[in-house]
Amino acid sequence: MEKVIEFIIRVCGISAVIFVFAIFGFVFWEGRELLISGEFNFWKFLFTKEWYPASESNPRFGVLALIAGTASVTVLAMAIAVPFGLGAAIYISEFCGSRLREALKVIIELLAAIPSVVWGFIGLTIMNELIMKLFGAPIGLTVLNGAIILALMSVPIIVSISEDALKAVPDSYREAAIGLGVTRWQMVYKVLLPSAKNGLLAAVLLGIGRAVGETMAVLMATGHAVHIPFDGTPPFFHPLDSVRTLTATIAAELGETARGSEHYQVLFVVGILLFSITFAVNLTADLVVKGIRDK
Amino acid sequence: MSEKAESLCVTIRDFSLWYGDFQALQNVSLDIRDGIITSLIGPSGCGKTTLLRSLNRVNERYGNVTTSGDIHILGKNILDADVSLPELRKSVGIVFQRPNPLPISIYENIVFGLRIHSERRALGKSQLDEAVETALREVRLWDDLKDKLKERATSLQLEQQQKLCIARLLPLKPKVILMDEPCSALDVDGTRAVEELMAGMAGEYTILIVTHNMAQARRVSQECIFMLLGEIVEHDRTEQIFISPKNQKTIEYIEGRYG
Repeated sequence: MEKVIEFIIRVCGISAVIFVFAIFGFVFWEGRELLISGEFNFWKFLFTKEWYPASESNPRFGVLALIAGTASVTVLAMAIAVPFGLGAAIYISEFCGSRLREALKVIIELLAAIPSVVWGFIGLTIMNELIMKLFGAPIGLTVLNGAIILALMSVPIIVSISEDALKAVPDSYREAAIGLGVTRWQMVYKVLLPSAKNGLLAAVLLGIGRAVGETMAVLMATGHAVHIPFDGTPPFFHPLDSVRTLTATIAAELGETARGSEHYQVLFVVGILLFSITFAVNLTADLVVKGIRDK
Repeated sequence: MSEKAESLCVTIRDFSLWYGDFQALQNVSLDIRDGIITSLIGPSGCGKTTLLRSLNRVNERYGNVTTSGDIHILGKNILDADVSLPELRKSVGIVFQRPNPLPISIYENIVFGLRIHSERRALGKSQLDEAVETALREVRLWDDLKDKLKERATSLQLEQQQKLCIARLLPLKPKVILMDEPCSALDVDGTRAVEELMAGMAGEYTILIVTHNMAQARRVSQECIFMLLGEIVEHDRTEQIFISPKNQKTIEYIEGRYG
C-alpha cells in the first residue's frame, strides 16, 4: 500500500515535467516540416515585417511587427504595473495595519481571478471609449489600451511575489535601521528595497512572463492590426497605434488554417518563439530567486 | 547614593507602559547618572528589556503601546508629542542581542547613520572616511578590518559584527548607548572583548546594559538596577547590590533562588 501511494505521488510530481516536455515536443512537431525544409529562412521570419500568411500568390511570414506588438504592449504594461505593484506591495507589507493588510491581499487576489476575456471585454468597451475621448484617437483599441489591461492583470502577481520578498527581509535589519533612526521612507529605499531586490526582480520578471503570454485580453484590446508602433520620428513610440501580438495572431488564425498547411506550421513556429521567450523569462526569474537563497 | 546629586543623564518619573492590556512596567522612577555603566538585571519577563527599549522608543514599532509618566534624557521629555524619533535615536543608540549589521559593506554600515541623518551633499568622502576610521579605532577593529572595508559586514565573525554594531552608532555622537544583552550570542572571548570595549567607552557615553548574566553585571557596571514584575526593586552601586542588598527579593535573586 505504502509503495502504491509513493508511486502515485511520484507520478504526480513527475507529470509536470512530462507535460512541459510534451507540449514543447508537440509544438515543435507540428512546425517541424517547415523548420527543416530548405525554404524556411529564420532571419527573414524574425526580421521582416510583412505578415501575409493567407496570400494566394505570394505568402510572406515576417513576424517583426508581431514581435514589436508584443514588446510594445508588454513594456508599456510593465511601465504601469511595476510602480503600482511595488508601491502596493510596500504599502501592504510595511505601512498598513494588519486588518487592512488582510483585506487588501484578498482584494488583490480577487483581481487575479478575473477571467482574461472579461478584461478583454473591458478593453473593448470602457477603455476603448475612454481612450477615444481622452486622447482624441480615431480608435481606442491601441497599445495603450492593451497595456493598461495587461498591467491590471499582472499587478496581482507582482504584488504577491514582491510582498513575499519584502516579508522575507529579516526583522533584525528593520530593527537595526530603526535603532539608527531611519524614517519610514528611508527604511524602504535604504534597507528593504536593496535587501529584497532579487525577489522584487523575480516578481517583475514573472509579471513580464504573464504579459507576454496573455492572449485573449490583448487580442480584444489592441485593435488587431499588423503594425509596428515605432518609427524614426519623435516621439518614436506611438502608444495610440493599433498593434497585434504574437499570441493574438495564433489565437485568431489557427482555427482558419488547413491542418498541416504552411500557414498552420508557421503559426506553430510562432508558438515555439513565444514559448522560448516565456521560458527564458521564467528561467531567469527562477535563477534570480535561487540567487537569494544561496546568499 | 550620596553622590547622585551630580549630573544625571536619564531621569524617569512614574513611568508605566502597557502592551495592549498587559502592563509591562509599573510606576518606574529612576535616576541614571551620566557617564557610567548601569546594568539592568532581573528574571525573564521582568520588564528590563522593555524599559531599555523605552529609552529610545524602539519598542513602539509593534504598535499598541501606551505609556504614562515622564522620561527625561538630557533635560528633554522624550515622550512629548513633538519629539522627533529619528533625532531621539540619533542621540540614544541601541545595540541588540544578536549582532545585526545590515547586509552591506562594513564601510557602508558605519556611515549608514550619517547618511540617513544628513543631506547627501553635506557628506564629503574624506569626512566619511574619517568617520569610519575613528569609529573602528574606537571599537578596536581598525587594524583587523582596515583592508577589507568593502567586504560584506554579515561575513564577519560574530564578535566583530557586534563591535561593528557598536561602531556604527558612534559617528552620530550618541549621548546614551543602550545594550540589550549584547554578549548573549558571543563566546567567552567575544564577551570579554566587548566588555573591555564597554569599560573603555564609559565616561564618554552613558551606557545601559540589560543582562541575564549576573557575573557580567558585576564585572562591567558601576550601578545596578534589579527589576521584578515590571517594578524597580533596588537600584544601588553594583558592589552594594551584590554584597549587601537591602531587599529580600534581591537577595534571593542574587543567590540564584529564582531567575
